[in-house]
Amino acid sequence: MSAVVPVVRIQAEDFDVAAEIARLTRGRNDIGAVVTFSGLCRDEQGRLSALELEHYPGMAEAEISRIACEAIERWPLQGLTVIHRHGKIAPGENIVLVVAASAHRQAAFDAANFLMDYLKSRAPFWKKEHHSDGSEGNWVDAKDADDKAADRWKRPPSK
Amino acid sequence: MSTKLIYFAWVRERIGRPEEEVELPAGIETVADLLRWLKSRGEEYENALQYPDVIRVAINQEHVEHHEKIAGAREIALFPPMTGG
Repeated sequence: MSAVVPVVRIQAEDFDVAAEIARLTRGRNDIGAVVTFSGLCRDEQGRLSALELEHYPGMAEAEISRIACEAIERWPLQGLTVIHRHGKIAPGENIVLVVAASAHRQAAFDAANFLMDYLKSRAPFWKKEHHSDGSEGNWVDAKDADDKAADRWKRPPSK
Repeated sequence: MSTKLIYFAWVRERIGRPEEEVELPAGIETVADLLRWLKSRGEEYENALQYPDVIRVAINQEHVEHHEKIAGAREIALFPPMTGG
């Protein structure tokens, strides 16, 4: 089996989910499952007017690529795309996309889940809130739950 | 040899600049040493690095733990826990 090279993009612009699925599946007859995860900006019951995503250029691409390569090593995938936006994002807009393609569904589900858990705790992005009432927004606090979610994918040390 | 330090999110805001070039004094061997030294450089650093345990560090764009050595680092980034995704 030829090595799958993940597509990783860090961009300010929006993405088109259907186009990204088509990019992985076009001309292929061996893919039986495509799982997509889209992360969107919430307004937190009207409290937020936007989220501003700061990132570490260079490391953001490198770290997501490292996580994507680990997913390809762990699951039999036939395609993998990860797109993460930066800059100011309004409620209802896309923030992040993972598309995982495989012959059977379980690998695609697990890989997409793993990608998101790892990305949350290791990809160098930081969210700042913009409040609807114009008051100074805060930096979003990291959640312990996200670290725990990433920990469940840790493999036992190889003997 | 000078080292480039880069700051993100509230670490950047509290220190008051996105990056700087520094000459590391002798004896700064680990990430923990670096954080201790930076914290002593003034009020804004003290404010940003008040709780060094929460600060995440990357050397040459890869995550490192605080006990790791910084020898050969061209670029060291300091930032809060990440909140992407």
